[in-house]
Amino acid sequence: MDKILTASLEWVDTRFPLTKMWNEHLAQYYAPKNFNMWYYFGSLALVLLVLQIFTGIFLAVNYKPDATMAFASVEHIMRDIDYGWLIRYMHSTGASFFFIVIYLHMFRALLYGSYKKPRELLWIIGMFIYACLMAESFLGYLLPWGQMSFWGAQVIISLFGAIPYVGEDLAVWIRGDYVIGDATLNRFFVYHVVLVPILLLALAAVHIIALHEVGSNNPDGIEIKKNKDPKTGIPLDGIPFHPYYTVKDIVGVTVFLILFCTVIFYAPEMGGYFLEHNNFFPADPMKTPEHIEPSWYFTPFYAILRAVPDKFLGVIAMGASIVVLFFLPWLDRSPVKSIRYKGWIFKMALGLFIVSFFGLAYLGMQPSTPIKTNFAQIFTTMYFAFFLLMPWYSKIDKTKPVPERVTD
Amino acid sequence: MRRLIPALILLLPTMVLASGGIELQKANNDISDKASLQVGAKLFVNYCMGCHSAKYVRFQRIGKDLGLNDDEVQENLMFTAEKIGETMTIAMNGDDANKWFGVIPPDLSVIARARGTDWLYSYLLSFYLDPSRPMGVNNLVFKDVGMPHVLWEQQGWQKPVYETITDKDGHSHEVIKSLALVDEADQEKAEQYKKDMRHLVNFLDYIGEPAKLERHSLGWKVLLFLFIFLMFALALKKEYWRDIH
Amino acid sequence: MSSTANVAGTKNTAEIQDKSKRRFLVAATAGVGAVGAGFAAVPFVMSLRPSAKTQAAGAPVEIDISKMEMGQLLIVEWRGKPVWIVRRTENSLADLPSLNSKLSDPDSEVTSQQPDYAKNPARAIKPEYLVVIGICTHLGCSPTYIKKGAAAGNDIDDDWKGGFFCPCHGSKFDLAGRVYKGVPAPTNLVVPPYIYLSNTRILVGADSSKGVA
Repeated sequence: MDKILTASLEWVDTRFPLTKMWNEHLAQYYAPKNFNMWYYFGSLALVLLVLQIFTGIFLAVNYKPDATMAFASVEHIMRDIDYGWLIRYMHSTGASFFFIVIYLHMFRALLYGSYKKPRELLWIIGMFIYACLMAESFLGYLLPWGQMSFWGAQVIISLFGAIPYVGEDLAVWIRGDYVIGDATLNRFFVYHVVLVPILLLALAAVHIIALHEVGSNNPDGIEIKKNKDPKTGIPLDGIPFHPYYTVKDIVGVTVFLILFCTVIFYAPEMGGYFLEHNNFFPADPMKTPEHIEPSWYFTPFYAILRAVPDKFLGVIAMGASIVVLFFLPWLDRSPVKSIRYKGWIFKMALGLFIVSFFGLAYLGMQPSTPIKTNFAQIFTTMYFAFFLLMPWYSKIDKTKPVPERVTD
Repeated sequence: MRRLIPALILLLPTMVLASGGIELQKANNDISDKASLQVGAKLFVNYCMGCHSAKYVRFQRIGKDLGLNDDEVQENLMFTAEKIGETMTIAMNGDDANKWFGVIPPDLSVIARARGTDWLYSYLLSFYLDPSRPMGVNNLVFKDVGMPHVLWEQQGWQKPVYETITDKDGHSHEVIKSLALVDEADQEKAEQYKKDMRHLVNFLDYIGEPAKLERHSLGWKVLLFLFIFLMFALALKKEYWRDIH
Repeated sequence: MSSTANVAGTKNTAEIQDKSKRRFLVAATAGVGAVGAGFAAVPFVMSLRPSAKTQAAGAPVEIDISKMEMGQLLIVEWRGKPVWIVRRTENSLADLPSLNSKLSDPDSEVTSQQPDYAKNPARAIKPEYLVVIGICTHLGCSPTYIKKGAAAGNDIDDDWKGGFFCPCHGSKFDLAGRVYKGVPAPTNLVVPPYIYLSNTRILVGADSSKGVA
C-alpha cells in the first residue's frame, strides 16, 4: 500500500510540483514559534471565505434575482427548501463574522507592526481584500430585497452622485436604472456571485504567496530569518507550519465554529444587527423606513460621512478613511514593529484610535442629532489624526530595546 | 488587549424598535406550546385572513408543526377548496383594499420578524375610539392606522384617558396616558381577549420562522459534537506542542 | 508527508512512545472530524431535493372525464409531465390482442411500467379509459397520438390500429401504450398510479395501495 502511494506521488510530482508546494507552504514553511491568539484570525478568514462561497452556491441554486421574486425566493429558501434556513443563516451570519475576523486580523497587524518593511505589499494586498469584502457584502445585502436592502443601496449609490460633473450619470450607470430596480438587482447578483468572489479568491491566494515569501511576523516583531541554524539554514525560532500550526489552527477553528453555531442556532438575527428587522418588510420604492443605517461593519465609515456637513467632502472623507489605511506602512516611522517595544505615545495613540473607531461605529447606528454629530466630528478628527500624525509621533516615541530572539 | 473582544460584543446595545415612544406590552408567547399555536391559527384564519394573506406559509407545514393531520387542517383551517400543499393566500383584490382602507393590508408571513412580537401584541390591544378617523378608531402604537378594529366585539371598545404634560418650552399638551374600556361590563371579555391575542401573536411568531423549533432542537446537538471534537483537537495540539515547550 | 521538527534533539524510547500516541490522536481527531464533515454534508445534500413547493405542485391531479368523446385524447399535467387519457372504443379494445405478436412486452411483464391493477390486456382499471404518462421510454420525447386510419403521411405501417408515434426516433406504441418490436424504445409507456374517485372523476398521482405517490 505504502509503495503504491509513494509511486503515485512520484508520478504526480514529475508532472506537478505537489510535494514541493506542500513543503513550501506547510511542512517546511517555518513560522515563528511565539504566535499568540491574535494569529488565529488569518486561518479563520480563509475558513470563512470558503464557507461563504460554499453556502453561497447552495443559496444561488434557489435564489431568484428578480425584483418581483427575490423577497419571495428568500422566504422559499427559509421555509420550503430542506435545511434552506440553515444554509441561509450560515451565509448571513458568516458575512458578519467575516468582518469581525477581518477587523481583528487587521488590528493584529496594527498591534505588532505586521505592515512594516518587508511586509508593505502583504499589507496592501490585504487592504485590497478588505475593499473587495466591503463591495461583496454591499452587493449581497441588496439581494434579499427588503426595505433595508433597497434603501441602503439607494443611499450608498447616491453617494456617487456627489462627484462633480459625472456623478449623476455614474450613479445611473451603476444602477442601470434611475432608481434601484430590477436591473440593479440582477447585475448586483452577478457581481456578488461571480465577479467579486473570483477577485477575492485570487487576492487571497496572492496574499498567502506574499506572506510565505517574506515570512510571518510575530508578537515580538523580530525577523526570525535573521537567526538561522548555520547547518540546516532553518530559523532557530521557527517551527514548521505543519504539523504545529495546523493542529493549533484546528483548535482555533473549532472554538470559532462553536461561537458561530451558537449564533446560527440561537441568535441568527443577533438582535437586529446580523439580520435587520426592517429587512423583513419587502422593498417598497414609495416608502422610506424611518431610520436607515448600514450594516454594523460599515457604521464607522458611515458616521464619518455624516460628520462632514458638505455632501461631496463627506464622500471624500469617507473614502479617505479607507484609503489612508493603504499608506500605513509608510506612516509608521518607529524603529520597532511590535507594540511590546513601542513607547507610551504610540500606545496612547492606538488607545485613542480604538475609542474613535468604536465611537464612530456606535454613532453610525444612531439617528443623527446635533450633539451626536459633534461627537462624530471629534471622533473623525481622532481617527484621521492617528494616521496623519503617525510619522511624527512614531518617530519621537521612546522605544524599548528589541531582544535578539523571540520571547515566549 | 485580550479584553477587546468581549468589549466589542458588549458594545452592541440592545435594539429598541420604534414604537412612537409608547412602552410596549410583553407578548411572552411560547412557540413550543402547540395548543396555543392551534388556537392562534384558528383566530388567524377566522379573523385576519379576510384581508391579510400569509402567502409564504403552507397549510401542510402548519399541520406538521402544530400536530394536526391533513384532515384536521382541512376541517379547521381551510375553508375554501384549497389543497393541503398550498399557501395561505386570500381572494381579496389589492385595488379594492386600497379603496376601502387607503392601504393594501400587508402580507403577514414575516410580520413578527419585522415588527417584533411585543409590538404586535401591544398593537392588537391598543385600538381606541377616535371620531376623527375614517373608521372611527385609532391605535396607540400605530398612529392613524388604516385597519379597523376587527375584533372589537371580542374586546369591547376602548377610549383614551388623557393627561396634561408641560414640555420644556412651557407649552402644555394633552397626551394619551392609557386606554380604558368604554363599558366596564366588558372587563371579563377583555381579559379573554388578551389571552386570545397572546395565542394569535404566538402563531404569527411561529409563521414568521417555522424553522425556529427545528433550529433550537438541532443546535445543541451540533454544539455538543463540536465540544467533543474540541477535546480531541486540544489533546492533539497539546501532544505536538510538547516538542516546542 | 508530515515532517516533525527535531527540536528536542536525539531520538530515545520516549519519543517512539510519543509517535504511537500521536498516531492515535491524529487518527482519532481525523475520525471524529470526518464524522462531523459527514453530518455537515447532510443539510447541503438535502437542500437539493424537491422543495415543499415543488412537492405541492406535484400533488395528485383530479380529472373530470364525463365530457370525453369516443377516441378522444385528453392531456393533463402531473408533476410537469403530460398524462394522457384516451377513451377507447370497443373496436380498438378488440384490436389489442391481434397486435401481440408485433409487440416487445404484450403482457406487461415489466413491473416498473405499470401498477399491478393495470397489468391486464387493456393496461387500465376500466378498459374504456387508458391512463398513461405521455413520455417515450426511449429518450423522453412526447409521442403523437395517431388514430386508426390516420397513418397516411406518417412513416408507419398501413395496418395501423391506432396508437402513438414518437417523432424523435420513430418509436411506436399501441392504444394500450405497449411498445412495438424493432423500435428504439425498450419498454411500454408508464401507467401512473391513479384511482377512480367516481365514475366520472379520476385522481392521477395517488392510489388506494400506497396513498399519495
